[in-house]
Amino acid sequence: MLNYVIKRIAIAIPTILILIIVSFLLMHSAPGGPFTSERPLPPQVLANIEAKYGLDQPLWRQMVNYVWSVVTQFDFGPSFKYKDRTVNEIIGQGFPITLKYGFWSFVFAIGVGIPLGAIAAIRKNTWIDYLAVGVSIGAQVLPNFVMAPLLVIIFTLWLGWLPGGGWNGGSIEYLIMPVIALSTSYMASIARITRSSMLEVLNSNFIRTAKAKGLPSRTILLRHALKPSLLPVISYLGPAFVGLITGSVVIDIYFSTGGMGYFFVNSAMNRDYSVMMGITILVGFLTIMFSLVVDLLYAWIDPKIRY
Amino acid sequence: MSYLAKYLAASFVIASIAAAPVLAAGTHPVTGEALADDQTFTYRILDEHSSVDPQIVEDVTGSEVVRDIFEGLMNQDADGNLIPGVATGFTTNDAKDVYTFTLRDNAVWSDGTPVTAGDFVYAWQRLANPETASPYSWFAEIMSIEGVGAVLAGEADPSTLGVTAIDDLTLEVRLTASLPYFALMTTHGSTFPSPSWVIEEHGGDWTKPENIVSNGAYILTEHIPNERSVRERNTSYWNNAATIIDKTVALVINDENTALTRYLAGELDRTEVPSGQYPRLKAEYPDNAFSFPRLCSYYYTFNLSDSGPEAFKDVRVRQALSYAIDRNIITENVLQGGQFAAYTFTPGATAGFEIPDVPYANMSQADRDAKAVELLAEAGYGSDNPLSFNMLYNTSEGHKKIAIAMSQMWKQKLGVTVELANMEWKTFLEVRGAQDFDLARGAWCGDYNEASTFLDLVTTTSGYNDGKFSNADVDALMASAKTMSDASANYTQVEQIMADEMPVVPVYHYAGVYMLSDGLANWPVNNVEQNWYSRDLYKVAE
Repeated sequence: MLNYVIKRIAIAIPTILILIIVSFLLMHSAPGGPFTSERPLPPQVLANIEAKYGLDQPLWRQMVNYVWSVVTQFDFGPSFKYKDRTVNEIIGQGFPITLKYGFWSFVFAIGVGIPLGAIAAIRKNTWIDYLAVGVSIGAQVLPNFVMAPLLVIIFTLWLGWLPGGGWNGGSIEYLIMPVIALSTSYMASIARITRSSMLEVLNSNFIRTAKAKGLPSRTILLRHALKPSLLPVISYLGPAFVGLITGSVVIDIYFSTGGMGYFFVNSAMNRDYSVMMGITILVGFLTIMFSLVVDLLYAWIDPKIRY
Repeated sequence: MSYLAKYLAASFVIASIAAAPVLAAGTHPVTGEALADDQTFTYRILDEHSSVDPQIVEDVTGSEVVRDIFEGLMNQDADGNLIPGVATGFTTNDAKDVYTFTLRDNAVWSDGTPVTAGDFVYAWQRLANPETASPYSWFAEIMSIEGVGAVLAGEADPSTLGVTAIDDLTLEVRLTASLPYFALMTTHGSTFPSPSWVIEEHGGDWTKPENIVSNGAYILTEHIPNERSVRERNTSYWNNAATIIDKTVALVINDENTALTRYLAGELDRTEVPSGQYPRLKAEYPDNAFSFPRLCSYYYTFNLSDSGPEAFKDVRVRQALSYAIDRNIITENVLQGGQFAAYTFTPGATAGFEIPDVPYANMSQADRDAKAVELLAEAGYGSDNPLSFNMLYNTSEGHKKIAIAMSQMWKQKLGVTVELANMEWKTFLEVRGAQDFDLARGAWCGDYNEASTFLDLVTTTSGYNDGKFSNADVDALMASAKTMSDASANYTQVEQIMADEMPVVPVYHYAGVYMLSDGLANWPVNNVEQNWYSRDLYKVAE
């Protein structure tokens, strides 16, 4: 087990290096640069700025310098666009926000999605099943960029219960709408996966044996059926968790949360190389870490899997 | 990742400081109106400001903050006229190339240090210093300060710049050209003073709310990137007694429709009206919806360089295409926000600029259409030899609507085939700057309120002349305009040449289209540059 973890971490290092190199090259090959603007800067001014940010050096040297300062000092450099701030500060301020609404969305998606899917499977082909499936399909087809303004119209304009946006340190009234808008489609996917995998498990031989033994259905469901039917859900949850906590540009734009998702997209538009790289590395790192966590969870749930 | 915790902690501390009580304001000292108890002004900004360092700031949202928290030599009033700021006044010589500003003796920084001429010398040297790498250092160049070229190039020490503190309250500026409008330029953020001792102590972190020292009517007290920035009354400001708004909050709301919703929910005092919604809002909220002229021009430029299409080198083709655009349809049916149909490049709202009598502006659209058909036929284009070209704009729903309308007009009236192409902003700029287009969108907002800020664009040497139009008469007229005390005749002539030569298709001149909340008073609707100061605003009791 320990060997397996060490091996996976050892593979992660070159993976991240390749991620850095590829994103660095892709980004620099996009037309324009951080200082391309509607009012082109006089050559002397542009040269001064490029010298300050090291953009006057050959690309390979910029890349080596960048990787070096990231690895040795954990320094992602200054933002090219937001000149008062470093990338570490931008991530340091944006990531906790994203983490907070992402985490609660995750909790909400699981907390509603799994019971919904399970009930639908147990009460297969009854009105409960149809209702649960209906709700989850409805939630799935309603994208968050439709959901977000809809929520604002209902809860802010009509009812006047919740503020229409902002963050305010993430207090509950500012958190509700972003969490609902972000989590519904995840919740729907989780419900559907749970339902179909639960149905499969309920039809399998070992459940029939348990029934034949005369075990009460509560015990069959909770002790024998739930755990194996969660396997496909867990493989979905790893990437979903990373997706949720690294931010949603839609949520950030509609609710003005100040989260990282908007910075990510915007940095690509602005050619803010350092912010773009910093967030890419963070997302890449989290993706690798959580896929490892998922694999370890697999081993815990499914006794057939051994590392 | 201990810095996460640190920044979170810091923002909580700042938030609690920001929650100080606000006193009831009473009545307005001049108008006698009853003032609201809560003098907080909250407005929407499209995007996070890039900096609040006066010598670094380059965007509109950052400049708005800088104008509130710092104060330069001169200010603008609600109509855009020049009024004293830190300087009580200035004198100049006959040649208008030496300016001497007298500073008031009661101006202090928020840490109590007096504001001196030396602070301006420091700031201006800092602006030109290559080490600062200011994106606005070119502003020092157009201010024509003596020695600026060599300093920018790193060939001379910043101390050689032609700006001297004669004593603590006297600042002398020496120019290499005669600039009658020089004092106007000192209302620009990049000329505002900066506190050398704070910058030396904190380096790049000096503009953080916990470090910043400024000399304006407000101080920056809170900043959460991409969410909000807050500035509050600076009690040590020399004219604090006349300031009414206690606190100004800028909220970053990227989507204009979301912003409108939040305005309607009472969370904002000011927001922009999304395109096409002005008539509805004006009908529903007649006292809150405002439209007023702005100093910006929307146009399409022909590529007249060697890489441009052969057809555009024929002036008749350019005229035909411009004539065939029914600008009223674009302003009244597409934009619907009180924008102005444009037949000249310079907006009519520009100070000292009368819209000249260009012939095609006075024709009816039917006559223009007929003339366009005639001109295009003369140039040899018709059903047997159809004209076709690409039309490039940067990706945006608004630009797309206009491009579709224009291309349809050309197709229906002239049988011209236009292929629309949109590109993401930076790519668009790169392609347009490399003359890799046929016809490209452009927009320009004046840097200062004078026609040359627009017309310089069509001179041969302008770095912004992406269409590469070149006309010796225009160049000569613009060069001589630089040193004239009244150059309006030259500007009129340039516009007439442009109407004949048609290097660009002017489409419309902008309007500021805002929703302003009920209590908010004194918004400077007459300031076409929209250089507003929170200290001029106030909220009346409802």
